[in-house]
Parts: sequence; structure tokens; C-alpha cells
Amino acid sequence: MNPQIFHPFVLPFVVGMAFVLTYCVVGLVRVIWQLPKADRKKFWRSLVTPKTAWANIRDLIGDCLFHVKIWKRNPLLGYMHTAIAFGWFMIIVIGHVMLFALKPLQGVELEGIQGMLPNFYYPIFYKFFATETPIFAFLMDFFLLMIISGILIAVVKKLHSKIVGVKRVTKFGFADNMIRFALWTIFPFRLLAEKTGLMAFWWIYSIDLCIFMFMLPFTRYMHIPTEALFILLRHAGIKATEPRKGYALAELYSCPSCGLCIDACPMSVNDKMSGNTSAYFMKKLRNKDSEEAKRIAETCLMCGKCVRVCPVSIESCDIKFSQRAATPYYINSDHSYLDKVEAPKPAKTLYFAGCMTQLTPKIMRAMKQIMEAAGEEYQFMDENGGVCCGRPMLLSGKTAEAQAMIAKNTELIRQSGATRLVLSCPICYKVFKEEYHLDGIEILHHTQFIDALVKQGKLKVGKSGVNYVYHDPCELGRAFGVYDEPRAVLESVGNLKKAKSEKELSICCGGSLGSFTLTQKERDEITENSVADLMFNHPDEIVTACPLCLKTFARKSPVEVKDIAEVVAAQLG
Amino acid sequence: MMDSLDLTTFNRLKESNPDVNTCIACGSCTATCTAGNFTEMSFRRLLLMLQRGKEDEAKKMIQRCMLCGKCTLVCPRGINIRKILLDITR
Repeated sequence: MNPQIFHPFVLPFVVGMAFVLTYCVVGLVRVIWQLPKADRKKFWRSLVTPKTAWANIRDLIGDCLFHVKIWKRNPLLGYMHTAIAFGWFMIIVIGHVMLFALKPLQGVELEGIQGMLPNFYYPIFYKFFATETPIFAFLMDFFLLMIISGILIAVVKKLHSKIVGVKRVTKFGFADNMIRFALWTIFPFRLLAEKTGLMAFWWIYSIDLCIFMFMLPFTRYMHIPTEALFILLRHAGIKATEPRKGYALAELYSCPSCGLCIDACPMSVNDKMSGNTSAYFMKKLRNKDSEEAKRIAETCLMCGKCVRVCPVSIESCDIKFSQRAATPYYINSDHSYLDKVEAPKPAKTLYFAGCMTQLTPKIMRAMKQIMEAAGEEYQFMDENGGVCCGRPMLLSGKTAEAQAMIAKNTELIRQSGATRLVLSCPICYKVFKEEYHLDGIEILHHTQFIDALVKQGKLKVGKSGVNYVYHDPCELGRAFGVYDEPRAVLESVGNLKKAKSEKELSICCGGSLGSFTLTQKERDEITENSVADLMFNHPDEIVTACPLCLKTFARKSPVEVKDIAEVVAAQLG
Repeated sequence: MMDSLDLTTFNRLKESNPDVNTCIACGSCTATCTAGNFTEMSFRRLLLMLQRGKEDEAKKMIQRCMLCGKCTLVCPRGINIRKILLDITR
């Protein structure tokens, strides 16, 4: 064969590439095959719907190539990843452009081999075979050096992660460590090969690539091809329903184990508990370590912070839900008692305190005072006890049981003829917003309700000199973005101080019902960390809007902890 | 008489949740129970049933639980009652 256009050193790479491509095609078919029929239909439709098609293009470029979400969280890590991934992408692109642009210039006789490999021959690593023009030489060198600069940051991150602003990094097993080493050495070898021209380096370069390709499907680097598919599925509006199938499978393989969720997780207060974070959950589930995956799924607080910081937007909480639901219960619930629950009297505004608020009667008292002061006509739906909203049942994966309670509460609310439902507990708020079908009824958390009353002038409040810090409950803040209303209310009754981590980065109080297995001691550690974060600017009082956060913080806070309703009730003019 | 009791479930429970031994039977869990408001559900009694080998009765009672977790929250001994209830049903 013409030595000008073929050299056997390319073979290891070609074999590796063929393997990866085959694996990806099989995986793609498998994921799409495993999707429920309705979801598959949604998926095909989303590809041709202009709105989702545009979102696909935007995120494929923004997330896969430029890693915008990592830049937003940590610019240095953003550069690191972009340098390596985008740099590599550009080297491949320029290589191909060169092939087409320079072919006539160099006069390489491709015809010489057409008899042997008709239509299949494609000269990869063209740089080896042809001398290029200065502009291509510059571009190739530029991107190669960009990649190597990214790798240098990665090495620093491996040695001292704190330098790049990361406290805890993901602990990897043998395969992940080995492929990382392969990745890091690919590009220095390419540079050496180009600059020295030694055949040995070209061979090492190709073999290195081959090792990388063969290990890729079995390691975290599988996120490179899978993320593209995942973006398309995500925009189609599909959700995970089974822990290791279809959409969830695409999510599992899209997780790069980057570990950004580890520092974000409220459980990362010590080394042992940081093993409960989503990065490890995804890894265990992918590796079919179902015992560990089940353990982590049941330990998780379900605060949703990992989902918020995830640069790939993986809904790990949904997978944990499906993992919980996959564990069978041998006892089913008996709902015959539901008939005994009394219906509330007719009213336009209905107040549902919820189980947790029943445990913190001061919130109920404050709400009564506020409604009376505002002249609001209302009925108290569960003054003498009520049916649980159903969220705790859902959290334990018992969907059918939860639906029975949801149906009963819906019936009670409809019977009252209410047009507005006010809730004091964000746990209830989440399930009422997401699972109940209460069309025509406005569902408000009391922070929103009080804010509206103050703004409408129905509620007159005086301003005190107290410095408050506001804790965003997970199920109100991160879940529904209710950040401004409580802050507006607090600013009208006192001074608002900032916490160290606020809004979507707020740290779970540690009391979350989401976790089944955390011990009181472990929860206390989480609470202490969360309180320290709130006390950052030395407030006089901690204010929250969730009865469970209130009870949890009260155990560990050096200052008084109050619900926003209490604070407002004390300032009624 | 005591020798003939079937304590399998309780012993299994003790193994996975050594906490159950620290229960002081104060009844806070029962007093706050959401389901207890409408039914005979009482964790304190449930534990007693299991200790007496009345497994069937205990399992029947668990069917009333809404898993709201208030019992865990008020337990002065910090026992993870909700986890214990789930463990019995699995």
C-alpha cells in the first residue's frame, strides 16, 4: 500500500474506535427500546418540534462542547473541562478539514489504493502523512496546547483539589483511575510524536487511544457520547420510572462522576457520610451494586441540591424514588379509616396546616392571628386532625397508597367549594402542587399568602430592629423557586441578613423526611453545619417557613428559631 | 409459656435497629400519630405486640400508618420509628 497514505500504527485506534461506535449504537437502541411506548413517541416527536429541536441544538453546543453549567459553578473547572473536551473536538474537526482542504494541494494519490479498500479508506491522523500549511499547523498546535493546559489543571485537582475550589473529589476505582491516566497521556504523546517525528511516539499515541476507547464504555467517560442522547431525551420531557432502564439508564451513563454534587450535598459533613452522595449512588447503580444503591437511595434527604448543581442536569432524586419503589413491601396500607374524616365547612379560603404544623401549634396560632387581622374568611381544614398529604408515602415509593390519601384530600377540598388553599408546610405544598389535580384552586404557601396580604395593604405590620436570616426550605425554594416572597415579608418587619449559602444553594436542615435511615446523631451533624452557614452574618434570629426545619434547627441553634408566620404575627399593627 | 413465643420479627428488628431496646414506652409517638387520630394505630402498642409474639396483630396495625414521620420527630430517645415500621413491612 502507498506508504504516503497508510501506516499500520493507525490500526489500534481504528479497532478501538470501531468498538466504541458499535457499543454506542447497541446502547442507543437499547435505551430507546426500553422506553415506555408513550415516552418513545414523545421522544420522536420532540426531535421535529421546533421548540425542543432548538433547545437540543442549544444544549448540545452549550453543554457538550462549552460546558456552560460548569463555568457558572466554577470557572477554573469550566476552563479545565472545556480545554480538554473542546480542544479535542477541535483537533478532530481541524484534522478532517485539513484532509479535505489539503488533499488537492498535496497531491496524495488516493486512487492508488482504491482497488484494495474501495470507498472505505479514510486517512486519519492526516498530519502524519502530509505537511500542512502554517495556518493549520498553528491551529493544531494551539488546541493541542489548550488541551495540555486543561490536563495540567486536572493534575493539580487530583493532587490538591482545594486549589481549584473543590473540597471533596470522587473516589475512583481501578478502571476509572486507569482510563484517566490514559486520557492524560494521549495528548502529550501526540505532541511528542508531532514534534520529534519518532515512530515510537505515534505508536504509543495510537495504542493509548485504543486503551481509552476500549475502557470507555465501562467507565465514567461513557458520559461523552451518552450525554448527547440524554439531552435529547431530557428535552422530550421524559422522566425516570425504573432505576436501571431506559431514561434512567441514559442518566446513569451520562453521569461523569465529576463530584460537584459531593461538596453540595448536606450529608458531606464528614468522609463517611459523603459516600451517600449522588455521584456514588449513580456509580453503584450503574455497576449493578444494588445493595449499596438501595442503601444510598434510602439514606438520601431528597433535598434536591445535587440536581441543581449537576452540570449534566441529572435528576438523581427521580432515580432514587424509582429505586425505593422497586423495593417491595409485604404489607399494604388499609385506608378504611379515611371515611371517618370530617369534611371542612364551605369557605373561599381553606387553610390546611398539615401533620408537621400540628406538631408546632405556634405556627397555627400565628396563622389564625394573621387571617383574623387581615379580615380573611377561612375554614381550618384539619384543626381536629387530618389526612396526611401523601408526600411521606410517596417518598417511600408507595405511590398507590399515596394516591388514596390524595384522592380523599381532593374530595374534602372540593366539597368545601374553596378557591384558595393555604398551606403552612412546604412538604405538603410540593405534593399539592405536583400530584393533586386542583384546577381552579389557587395553592399558596403561607409565605406567598402573607406577602400578598402585605402588598395588598390588608395586613398592617410594624418594622422592628431585629436582624433576621432566612432559611430556604428545600421543598419551597429549590423545588418551586419561592425565594422572593419570604424575603420581601421579612424586610417589611425587620432587617434581613444573608446566609452563606442561599436560595438554590441553601443547605437542608437535616430533618428531612426524605431520609429513612439517617440516625439522630448523623442528622445532628448536618443540622450543625446548616446552622453555622445561617449564622455566617451573625443574625439575631433564624427564620424559616417549614415546621420541620423549625423543629430541627431549634435543637441546635444558638439563637431563637421562628417561623415566618410567627414573626409577622408579632409585628401586627 | 414465654418459650413458645414467636419472636422472629422482633429479634430481626433488634438486629437491624438496636434502638428499639432504648424505647421508654412514653407514648409520645402515639400521642402525635396522624393515623392514631382516626384509628387504633399506636407504635408503643405495636412494639409491645411484637415483644409478645403477636406478629399478625402488629402487621395489621401497621397498615394504618401514613409514614408521616411525626413519631420519629417527637421520640425523646431519638429512635427512628419510621424506619422500624418500614423494616417490619419489608
